[in-house]
Amino acid sequence: MLAIAIPVSLAILGLAFLLTLVRLVRGPSLPDRIVALDTLNINAIALIVVYGISLRSTVFFEVALLIAVMGFVGTVALTKYLQRGDIIELN
Amino acid sequence: MQTVVEAIVCVLLLIGSLFTLVGAIGLARLPDFFMRLHGPTKSTTLGVGGIVLASVIYFSANSNFASLHELLIPAFLFLTAPISAHMLAKAGTQQRVPLAAATRGRPPITGASADKRDTREVREAHPDSQPQVADPNPDGTPAQDP
Repeated sequence: MLAIAIPVSLAILGLAFLLTLVRLVRGPSLPDRIVALDTLNINAIALIVVYGISLRSTVFFEVALLIAVMGFVGTVALTKYLQRGDIIELN
Repeated sequence: MQTVVEAIVCVLLLIGSLFTLVGAIGLARLPDFFMRLHGPTKSTTLGVGGIVLASVIYFSANSNFASLHELLIPAFLFLTAPISAHMLAKAGTQQRVPLAAATRGRPPITGASADKRDTREVREAHPDSQPQVADPNPDGTPAQDP
């Protein structure tokens, strides 16, 4: 049962990746592309967790957590740059 | 017992990946930046929650201990997804991205770009959203002092 559900889940996640990539390429404005990048991050986390289930190994948990943290920091930095023209305002 | 656990894991995997697909379809198909922001920020977070729950159940059933530390991922996502969505909505408002024609009302414009705001365009697009100033003399006759 799991041998069917894991490839189906991987295929659905790949389709979600493709649709998000369409928005990343097409997206008319810059915030659209940032939303697409953020969604790609979250999709990558889901894909890595499903891949860890299929390999029966728990080492992919740290990878997923690192991608979550780095994706959040990247999104916040990009939106901060878009809003203020600077990321770390020292003066 | 093993079959029941496998069935639960399969259902959670399919639910999670379908939620992620719904978010991606919304990101690809919706007509407006704010609608596109609304779509994936909620449903993909829920999809990752379902998939990680499937992983927790699977690894807890196959080992002697409950591997609850994987729940850190959806906890972190539930914390950070509203923050990034809020910052993205602020950035989109400040960039004045085009809105869909069916959108009623306009987002408030604050900050440095507020003085560059074109109020005439807003008033023409939405005549009844502006406060009506009562005309003291509609006939054109000069007002008389009491």
